[in-house]
Amino acid sequence: MPKVQLFVTCLVDSFFPEVGEAVVAVLERHGCTVEFPFDQTCCGQPAFNVGYHDQARAMAEHTIKVLDGTDGTIVVPSGSCADMMINHSPELFQPDDPIHAAAARVARRVKEFSSFLVDDLGITDAGASCEGRTATYHPSCHGFRNLGIRQQPETLLDNVAGLERVELPDAETCCGFGGLFSVEMPELSASIMSTKLTNVEASGADLLVGVDVSCLMHLAGGLRRRSREIEVKHIAEVLAEETRT
Amino acid sequence: MNVPVTFVERAHRGIGNRSTAAGEVGARRMMSHRIAASADYPAMEEMRDQARRIRLYALGHLDELLARFSDEVEGAGGHVHFAADADEAIAYIRKVAEETNVRRIVKSKSMVTEEIHLNAALEAHDLEVVETDLGEFIIQLSGDTPSHIIAPVMHKTRQDVGELFSEKLGIEYTDDPTELNNVARHHLREIFLSADMGISGCNVAIAESGSIVLVTNEGNGRLTTSAPRIHVAVMGMERIVPTLSDAAVILEVLARSATGQRLSVYTNIVTGARRPGDPDGPEEFHVVILDNGRSRVLAGDAAEVLACIRCGACLNVCPVYREAGGHAYGFTYSGPIGAVITPSLMGLAEWHDLPYASSLCGACLDACPVRIDLPGLLLKLRRDAVSEGLGPDGLEGALKWFTRLATNPGMWRGATRAGGWSAKLIARQGWIKSLPGRGSAWTDYRDLPAPAAKPFHARWKERQRES
Ligand code: SF4
Repeated sequence: MPKVQLFVTCLVDSFFPEVGEAVVAVLERHGCTVEFPFDQTCCGQPAFNVGYHDQARAMAEHTIKVLDGTDGTIVVPSGSCADMMINHSPELFQPDDPIHAAAARVARRVKEFSSFLVDDLGITDAGASCEGRTATYHPSCHGFRNLGIRQQPETLLDNVAGLERVELPDAETCCGFGGLFSVEMPELSASIMSTKLTNVEASGADLLVGVDVSCLMHLAGGLRRRSREIEVKHIAEVLAEETRT
Repeated sequence: MNVPVTFVERAHRGIGNRSTAAGEVGARRMMSHRIAASADYPAMEEMRDQARRIRLYALGHLDELLARFSDEVEGAGGHVHFAADADEAIAYIRKVAEETNVRRIVKSKSMVTEEIHLNAALEAHDLEVVETDLGEFIIQLSGDTPSHIIAPVMHKTRQDVGELFSEKLGIEYTDDPTELNNVARHHLREIFLSADMGISGCNVAIAESGSIVLVTNEGNGRLTTSAPRIHVAVMGMERIVPTLSDAAVILEVLARSATGQRLSVYTNIVTGARRPGDPDGPEEFHVVILDNGRSRVLAGDAAEVLACIRCGACLNVCPVYREAGGHAYGFTYSGPIGAVITPSLMGLAEWHDLPYASSLCGACLDACPVRIDLPGLLLKLRRDAVSEGLGPDGLEGALKWFTRLATNPGMWRGATRAGGWSAKLIARQGWIKSLPGRGSAWTDYRDLPAPAAKPFHARWKERQRES
């Protein structure tokens, strides 16, 4: 039984605990023993992306210390937080700082949730079902471009019983969230979002799926001002639904 | 009318207006041309790697390559002037114009002369300057500035151009592109024949031969560099490559990335002035090599940005550029390359908001033929802005507060629970429709999900107790 450490991310902890529960359910169903290092908070990405390295470093250090003493893959239900922990946290520390080595150790263990299922556990059919629904997948930028996450979640969705997956037009274009960009330049963020939502609507899907709750909460919040017909879900929630027996 | 001083103010003018919409259509069209051009060319990825190697080699050997280039230009009867900044470049060109009795100057498209505002400086000294690239001609006629580094008038429709020509050139209104083209051609032909000086940019300079290479699709580059008595080429000091075959690699990825062409329609390689026996060509050939902040950039940790070959591919794919329009960037260079190079060259003091004009989506890095890590450079510039006390207004306090919570797990858990309780007061069915103060930046455009009444860590604890 592989043991995994769940780094749930600050947004899932405070806004979307049900996504965290779905992640745990799916992992346990596939034989993982899930541990949750209780003192975890935020990886530091919000501060890092706006250039506040002192603050980012403090949060990264906290995260690294909480995770370094644990064992097993660190599963993160977010492409952008996984990208932060893999590609940026180590560089916040001088090479001779012991935290740098710890950050590198942690970075090697971090894996985004859907790619952990497919790449590490070899699961392509998570045994989920979602009758009569049509879903489309938005590949959030950091996970897609920096970690190569796209085909894993799409494969998992393709194998959900009863679910039809349709392509999202212009899928690879950003949704306009961009972390604090969404509130620093909200009008631009919203106008990029509106192009994305038009494409989501054009896809014909009644369900929009992603691997990053951050982009999804921006899109869901925007969709509520347009239509309420399209539901928005993290992939873990789809995979946790109604297990086939 | 207030002059917009920040990116956000300028972007607000652009969002949703007709010019930005026209620009977006153009950008998307250029993007699909680029994608098609590499799809039918399997070697493109390898060419990009080669081009990157060539550009980085040149940046690493700039002194030696420029010295060689300069010797070769002089050996071919030309003159080289190193200009530390815009003023020095302008002063030199004015001096040449004065000494050779120049009155009328024609120009081919050049971003570097836009960078130093050359036209205005020359016109202030009673020199007549006429842009001969169709796009730049339209820009000049309308008193506008370029919105795209390759297609300067991408924000104008053909109807706009029709109205402009009928007003300024006194022709009958037409919006037929071919006719408009002919009008401009006819008008410019006369001017070419009577021009004393031609000023061009330089897409690539070749060290081994002292040549400058110009690519155009209109042929105006050829006329600019050969019809007038004097030819002055202005180049950023980083434009250099070692050899002709290096230049060939750059030109190929440039054309494919910029317009999706295999090669631009006209490629001019200019070496020196007219030699005895040559049927045409200028009597004098001058090259102005401009620093204007580049040495400083080269010495810093964002030197990679100087590898740019100005293809515009990063603009075309950038969602921020497409929604805000090129003018939002406030300077000659727009889009992701502008957001990086303007503050790098001109300083963060005035341009600290540009590095924030990006969602860091990374589409620019994917598109860039020389694989410049534009998102990484934006992150470095943001770091520098913050360390110089130029971070976004009001962010620091909030981040410090957030960091305190996030580095103190007990406080963190308390705060997430408190967030959940207080949200109950303002949320309806799990959503918040409007927040006061800075929170309105979110809720003006989208609903906010309410923080959960019971955060994940609390649920985890409960589950453990139960089992
Ligand atoms: S940064 Fe890259 S994509 Fe952008 S203009 Fe320069 S070479 Fe082209």
